[in-house]
Amino acid sequence: MENIEPVNSEILIRDAIFDDLEAIGNIDAQISGARKPDYWNETFEFYSTHKENDFFFVAMNGDEVVGFIVGEIRAWEFGSSPCGWVFAIGIKVDQRLHKVGTSLLETLCERFKQAGVEKVRTMVNRADREIMAFFRSQGLMAGPYQELEKDLI
Amino acid sequence: MKLQTATRLALYAVLELAAQPDQQFSRMEIAKKFNVSSNHLSKVMRDLGKAGLVDATRGVGGGYWFVGNAKRTTLLDIIKIFEPFPFDSTDRTEPGQETEVGQALDVVLDEISESIHATLDTISISTMLSIKDRIK
Repeated sequence: MENIEPVNSEILIRDAIFDDLEAIGNIDAQISGARKPDYWNETFEFYSTHKENDFFFVAMNGDEVVGFIVGEIRAWEFGSSPCGWVFAIGIKVDQRLHKVGTSLLETLCERFKQAGVEKVRTMVNRADREIMAFFRSQGLMAGPYQELEKDLI
Repeated sequence: MKLQTATRLALYAVLELAAQPDQQFSRMEIAKKFNVSSNHLSKVMRDLGKAGLVDATRGVGGGYWFVGNAKRTTLLDIIKIFEPFPFDSTDRTEPGQETEVGQALDVVLDEISESIHATLDTISISTMLSIKDRIK
């Protein structure tokens, strides 16, 4: 991938590789409290095949994986013109507030822009105050879509 | 959603001070900038001081400055100093609330409340200053 200068110069952003999955799973488990090895294996297989609209990056501090981000460009779902979606982001707890998340998101957004899309979206659990505040701090605002759901059982 | 005047003044003052944390601003300067009553602002500044968000020096050349954490202080933190969150549930029971229609109305009002709460609780002063810069 074309190198994009991260906001924190000690952080290197690169494509995820298979050997990163354990560290990615650990960061996710640290945040969510659940281990999902099958999910991360499938996600890696899907997003690392480098279809031109799929992105899976990790943030490295030295030899350590300290964060990850997964995104994709999707078109015409929900009637939306092509836009970039952030599906997952995670930062090791002791590495937060060091611009790791900012570097990951800026890298992903730059790739979205290079691919020609003009909008980035994500979906956040309202109760997840920290991640919501992070995306807010990056300039994301409520968009024109509203998530709706209902119980089926 | 409408905020009470004191709440609005508090948000104006905090954002003005937090934008230039190394500088002091007099109450008159803040009042003049937002075209509000200096007297009304006086009590607001006192309450912000008690909340640990601003500090002040008296006398000629004195003024207020921001001493809070701009990245951690949210709009909701400031609003709650001056008014109850408008959709906070209270012990008070409204007439008809126990009926099916009353409960259905509460479901919808709760949805609105959660959305407003989540918005105000996750926009920090620092984020607000970025939004302001984008409007420039």
